[in-house]
Amino acid sequence: MLENIDLTLVNWSRAQFALTAMFHWLFVPLTLGLGFIVAFMESIYVRTGDLEWKRITKFWMKLFGINFAIGVATGIILEFEFGTNWSNYSWFVGDIFGAPLAIEGIMAFFLESTFIAVMFFGWGKVSKKFHLVATWLTAIGANLSALWILVANAWMQNPVGMKFNPETARNEMVNFWDVFLSETAVNKFLHTTTSGYVLASIFVVGISSWFLLKKRHILFAKRSIVIASVFGIISSAMLIGTGDGSAREIARNQPMKFAAMESLMEGQTQAPLIAVGLFGKAPDDPLNKDSESDFLVKIEIPNMLSYMAFLKVDAFVPGIKDLVLGNEVRNIMSYKEKIRRGYEAQQTLKAFKESKNSDPEEYARLKAKFNDKEWVDNYFRYFGYGNYYDPDPEQLELNAFKIVPPISMSFYAFHIMVGLGMHFLLLFVVLLWLTARNKIEDKKVVLYTALWTIPLAYVASQAGWIVAEVGRQPWVIQDLMPTMSAVSKIDSTSVMITFWLFTITFVGLAIAEVKIMTKQIKNGPKEGGDK
Amino acid sequence: MYWVKRVYQFYIDGFKSMPAWGRNLWVIILIKLFIMFAVLKMFFFRDTLKNRYQTDEERANHVLEELINN
Repeated sequence: MLENIDLTLVNWSRAQFALTAMFHWLFVPLTLGLGFIVAFMESIYVRTGDLEWKRITKFWMKLFGINFAIGVATGIILEFEFGTNWSNYSWFVGDIFGAPLAIEGIMAFFLESTFIAVMFFGWGKVSKKFHLVATWLTAIGANLSALWILVANAWMQNPVGMKFNPETARNEMVNFWDVFLSETAVNKFLHTTTSGYVLASIFVVGISSWFLLKKRHILFAKRSIVIASVFGIISSAMLIGTGDGSAREIARNQPMKFAAMESLMEGQTQAPLIAVGLFGKAPDDPLNKDSESDFLVKIEIPNMLSYMAFLKVDAFVPGIKDLVLGNEVRNIMSYKEKIRRGYEAQQTLKAFKESKNSDPEEYARLKAKFNDKEWVDNYFRYFGYGNYYDPDPEQLELNAFKIVPPISMSFYAFHIMVGLGMHFLLLFVVLLWLTARNKIEDKKVVLYTALWTIPLAYVASQAGWIVAEVGRQPWVIQDLMPTMSAVSKIDSTSVMITFWLFTITFVGLAIAEVKIMTKQIKNGPKEGGDK
Repeated sequence: MYWVKRVYQFYIDGFKSMPAWGRNLWVIILIKLFIMFAVLKMFFFRDTLKNRYQTDEERANHVLEELINN
């Protein structure tokens, strides 16, 4: 089966989607967090009537507007790609994606686009309180926009609340709340949005530190640092909490991703967490039953991985080989068995389709299987594994090792994300402490660190995306649809052309963003606060 | 009607009093939307299934074939 796949097409389609999603994700987190930071600042202005707070609010609101304007609608390109490059996938998931995204279109978009106009045009034209409400609703609207797409993404990582219809080849939602409130969806939404809050807080403290280094707008900068540091500390605490919840959920629902994040080849009890690690030879080069993790440097925290995954220091954490080859003692089904079951589910679907016009009884009997919970739970749930079937047992085992995500990339992305997250929290605490003691202006090292942490916040944010999306490969929908069968059979040259077109467009937009934003930052906040 | 006029005037005043950086942003937004919808969507991003098949049944058949023969 695998020999029929045009890997050039699959890889270019993946590269194009990754480029678009990562570019879109450059803008989104700042919008998510800066909206709330501006709302807090304006709330203080409305409460105190202090014009300095109005000046602070308007400056950060301006940067929010620039980021929003450049980033807005870049996500629509992803929807173009769904229809053109990922048509099998779009058809297969249609109903699940349709409902949440339609709600997004109606509710969040209108909320955001209506109140953002009041935010920017309404100063002095609407009452202070109404303006404040508009600012809060813009921030909430931006976060609601993220909600629906993240619910859809969570469903891809943990498909629940649906039933496959073999006649239409589509999944149909049977329980909206199972989809909306799945453990994966809740964790994903909270973890992703709070990561945006942390990024926005870093952005604010970084730029404020630049003003302090330049000895300009001192009061403005200090007040901004206080607000962003407090928001950053609270958000970081939430980020750690939701990250912890995500880790446990991934350990249960996507154990291969969890094992890859830690490059855990052999499962173990009292598994240590690798705090810092550097590979020698990449473990998946190539991956087989003899592969080992070869670390040049490794610092471990004893028992921590077991505790992180199952809240027990002596819990067994399955490794990559346990999952691929199976582990009878731990009751872990091998990938080879899952491939056989997936293949049987695919053959059932094939027989169902072939019997449609020739054998009504067989057609009805096979259709009933797709409604039989036991069959669905034991066979259909492994449907996507069937793509890796091969009658030759040796080839089957080799294929089973292909159902493993890129280990080095997952490992490094996870550790970079976590390491930088800790750095951000420490930075917020130090900045808040120094500002409260009125010593911040003299601490040049801290101020430069805050300034140069801005790009690191983007690195951490993108690393988180890589953990989520690369870590779940080869699945586009966990266990049901591998990436290779989600791709439309189109000319790979057109995908390459659009990849480069996107690159040029996105680079142009990024340059425009940086240029306009840096100019406005250099201009600084307007004096008087009401201009 | 009075409210519609007020809202209309609110937007008109807002756009008229927009600073230079705001106007630049609108130019970027319009160029971006033009590239996205008039170039990329029109010439490169046709809906594959809608383009190749007339009915939902044909589309479903195609996807079924892809799922079982991949």
